[in-house]
Amino acid sequence: MSTVLSVEGVDVWLGGRHVLDEVGFEIAPGELTGLIGSNGAGKTTLFRVILGLLPAARGHVEVVGRPAGRPARAQVGYVPQKVALDPDVPLRVRDLVSLGLDGNRYGFRRRSRQRDEAVDAMLSAVGATRLADARVGTLSGGELQRVLIAHALVAQPPLLLLDEPLANLDLANGQEVVTLLAKLTKEQGVAVLLSAHDMNPLLPVMDRIVYVAEGRVASGTPAEVVRGEVLSGLYGHPVSVLELGGRVVVVAGDTGPTDLVTR
Amino acid sequence: MSGFFASGPVHTAVVAGAVVAVVSGVVGVFTVIRGQSFSGHALGDLGTLGGSGAFLAGVNPFFGYVTVGAAVAATMDLFGVQHRRGRDVATGIVLGAALGLAALLLYFDTTTSTTTGATITILFGSLFAVSPGTLPVMIGLGVVGLVLVAVLYRPLLLSSVSAELAAARGVRVRTVGLVFLVLVGVVVSLSAVAVGTILSTALLVGPAAAALRLTRRPLTAVVVASVLGLVATWGGVVLSYASATWPPSHTGWPVSFFVVTLVLALYLGAELVGWARARAGA
Repeated sequence: MSTVLSVEGVDVWLGGRHVLDEVGFEIAPGELTGLIGSNGAGKTTLFRVILGLLPAARGHVEVVGRPAGRPARAQVGYVPQKVALDPDVPLRVRDLVSLGLDGNRYGFRRRSRQRDEAVDAMLSAVGATRLADARVGTLSGGELQRVLIAHALVAQPPLLLLDEPLANLDLANGQEVVTLLAKLTKEQGVAVLLSAHDMNPLLPVMDRIVYVAEGRVASGTPAEVVRGEVLSGLYGHPVSVLELGGRVVVVAGDTGPTDLVTR
Repeated sequence: MSGFFASGPVHTAVVAGAVVAVVSGVVGVFTVIRGQSFSGHALGDLGTLGGSGAFLAGVNPFFGYVTVGAAVAATMDLFGVQHRRGRDVATGIVLGAALGLAALLLYFDTTTSTTTGATITILFGSLFAVSPGTLPVMIGLGVVGLVLVAVLYRPLLLSSVSAELAAARGVRVRTVGLVFLVLVGVVVSLSAVAVGTILSTALLVGPAAAALRLTRRPLTAVVVASVLGLVATWGGVVLSYASATWPPSHTGWPVSFFVVTLVLALYLGAELVGWARARAGA
């Protein structure tokens, strides 16, 4: 299977802190991968390294065979954690999605049917057709996530990064976004790397997991990674993985035999 | 009214007002979207430094406005005006330091120069006082400004909406921001000629803010802001000309007063329309 994203031995220091320590993993097309870790674990920093916005002290990142940086960025769709939009911003949903096609290009743009069709198709794919002419500043959190996903995917990049897309959503909207991402991953063959501090909403759809703790990562299928002995090695002290009321919980301390998370 | 159309200063005022209104409308929309209205206001106030320095040197104040406007914009960028957290601090630091210097130069203007009214001219301007020789330079700078916005349009729009989205798309956010801020410095310099340095923000922010209440499309907002600016400047010229017969002095009320009053009226009207639309949609 070909690799869309390859991260090898990445080290990042920020303000004297070793934020990422020998981080490495790979992502293949059509895979939904969860980047799981607590707040401040280094998830956003890792995204910035993949986007080429932050240089790594050591290591190597390749997106579709190209080193991370400005040229490789065209191969990545990105949905940031917070996009605060003023209600008065004179921008319709279709305008914002369309900027995903050529927002980085200078000079005049000529309107084309092909371009309008690409925007309409993307809005339809994320279930946001009815929002096409709404002002972006008036959207709800769930609606905005759909539109930002359309903005990120309209240029058909092979890799989609989403930084905590569920953080500001209620359970129902969060579930809708997860279902949408699982559908897009399979239908469009895009590789999705999605960060979250809670793995539970993603467990039913996640193909692989990259678990971040103490600057290090463990990657593999959820059944391979979400295990007491693996996570204890990552944290550097004993932790247990428990299943409580259908939810997986990682707790400090050795509470006995580890539950293996299965799909 | 035939005297109005035959008047040379009126012709100059109408053309200068049009240049200022259109360029301010276009650049103003992005200034408001980017949340840089205070920076724009500060650049306008800081034109006082350039204008007073130019007066002292015996040069047309317009060239002082432009030079200082562009230089101060670049300095504010260095101080981090592009970052929301540091924006007000950077603006305040540069504004305070430069206005102190402007106060000194205005003092020299009024005490060592034979030119009277330097302070009034610099602070409050007058479209009727624009010299015909300045007009080609104003038009040239206006055209350069419009071409720059056209070239930068998409990266500028995306980075104005979200710097993070723009950076992820490969936009050079810092460079685009710097070029735009220098452009704001030049535009408020043009505006300072029309309504003075103190009031120059009115034309930059007022029509743009009104347009943003009226439309949901960026290009339409730019056009509406320019048209509202034209209504304010040309309306101000007409009213000021008509006020020549008004008391107390029968010499005409200041054109700058009418321009900024019309800007305020247009903004309040747009707010009213926005409020009525919101109620109708609720």
